[in-house]
Amino acid sequence: MLRLYATVAAGGFRRHATYRVATLAGVFTNTVFGFVLSYTYMALWDARPGLGGYGMGDALAYVWIGQALITVCGLMGGGFEDELIERIRTGDIAVDLYRPADLQAWWFAANLGRSGFQLLGRGIVPMAFGALVFDLTLPSRPWTWLAFVLAVACGSVVGFAVWYLVAMSAFWLLDGQGVVQVAWLSGLFFSGMLLPLNVFPGALGEVARLLPWASMLQVPVDVYLERYTGWGLLRAYGFQLGWAVALLAAGRAVQSVATRKVVVQGG
Amino acid sequence: MAERTMEGGGVVGDGAGSWRTDEVVAWHARPAEAWRTYRMVAGMWIRSTLAYRVSFALDLLASLVVTFFDFVVILLMFGQVRGLGGFSFAEVALLYGASGTSFGLADLVMGRLPRLGRRVRDGSFDLFLLRPAPVLAQVAADRFALRRLGRVIQGLIVLVWGLLLLDGVVWTPLKVLLVPVMLVSGAVIFSALMVLGASALFWMQDAAEVTNAFTYGGNTLLQYPPTIFAQDLVRSVVYVVPLAFVNWLPALYLLDRPMPAGVPGWAAFASPVAALGCCAVAGVAWRAGLRAYRSTGS
Repeated sequence: MLRLYATVAAGGFRRHATYRVATLAGVFTNTVFGFVLSYTYMALWDARPGLGGYGMGDALAYVWIGQALITVCGLMGGGFEDELIERIRTGDIAVDLYRPADLQAWWFAANLGRSGFQLLGRGIVPMAFGALVFDLTLPSRPWTWLAFVLAVACGSVVGFAVWYLVAMSAFWLLDGQGVVQVAWLSGLFFSGMLLPLNVFPGALGEVARLLPWASMLQVPVDVYLERYTGWGLLRAYGFQLGWAVALLAAGRAVQSVATRKVVVQGG
Repeated sequence: MAERTMEGGGVVGDGAGSWRTDEVVAWHARPAEAWRTYRMVAGMWIRSTLAYRVSFALDLLASLVVTFFDFVVILLMFGQVRGLGGFSFAEVALLYGASGTSFGLADLVMGRLPRLGRRVRDGSFDLFLLRPAPVLAQVAADRFALRRLGRVIQGLIVLVWGLLLLDGVVWTPLKVLLVPVMLVSGAVIFSALMVLGASALFWMQDAAEVTNAFTYGGNTLLQYPPTIFAQDLVRSVVYVVPLAFVNWLPALYLLDRPMPAGVPGWAAFASPVAALGCCAVAGVAWRAGLRAYRSTGS
């Protein structure tokens, strides 16, 4: 069974690796946005040095990690939900349900492959470019990179869990566009992609840092910036994994209700 | 990447041929014809949208809220600082509102163009060539989404907000006139960039995201004052991709501020010219793209 999912994951990786032009286009777009955001952050941190506990280099690292993780963690869309919603809408999902594999595990594996490719294809190049042009903070210890990649992996799982739930809503709503838009907005705002969550003021900041989207960008960045050590680091992973387990379980519950109660569209 | 045959199928070839004849006979009638086609197709989609009024109202509201959250970031920034790059909140709101309105208008009219890549890939683009109507108008109006009006409304709200908060600006008739000219020229510049990006899709169906860098990315850039960016970047959006004409140059005149990157003062009024230039380039690119199109034949 594990071999099946490994094959599915490899397929997800390979499939996205074939979109070469799209990957290049994405790298270009991420780099342009990285530039624009870098200058706005520089203006902001010039006016308020040390804002949110970040120095200028930290803030710039934040920008470029954000651009690198957009597709990896599905900050603005998981990259698979459109396809899954379409399969639910057209009734093709019935075929998937007949497969001797679990629906959620299948899509999880496929997304793992996609996410892995996006990290290599769309993550590393813009970040390297940003590091060449701007004075980013780099981790002082080599194993921080390892801790960072682990945090990114956890963030990617939370991202998958959120978008899987979004896709499941299509069983009831058929056209999932409303839910997708709300999820997109929440991802954009509460992941801290536009502005770090530790800059959000008061209660808004406290709530934002507790929501699942915090584990997709804010936590990985803070691991990268070595703001967590020892138990703090474990707590950060615990926060991510807690959301991952809760949301995956919710997705599983919704899936079982959906497949038992919902009439699949014929066609 | 889709397989391509050497030639379009027979029927498609005939369709493309008749399109070209049309073009030769009545090139001067084409803007009117394009507008008629666009209105007809978009009107059909609007009627179908308005069949479910509550659903449409919710979509529009969602679109308004989504774009408003974008502005919340600027509000949060100004919660921490009094000025960005020497510009006050009201001035940044003016820049934001002007760019947002222009981009919203372009997105409303041309926002479907990035989908062209998929149609070229799966061959369904052939349908547009078969119909005896301007192709660009058909593609742009395809599945016209009226809810995109939300972005325009949000942009206008922020623009009016900024204008009301501005103090110390002496309004002359020329300045008042410049506001609508700026919004319309800006919308045309963004639209032309979208057409230019869509033209590239005839060769590279997967490259839709490059256009985002210039449209969404340009919109983000223009929301902030030019003083915070590197001068080379500012020069490149004046002289290479004329995004600065969307709002920066006219707005700097409105605010009695000096022009950036050694741009002469009269450039504040040159937005319509820049817009026409963009249209010319986009038009040439679009025609070249159409000529290069070969059906997938699958």
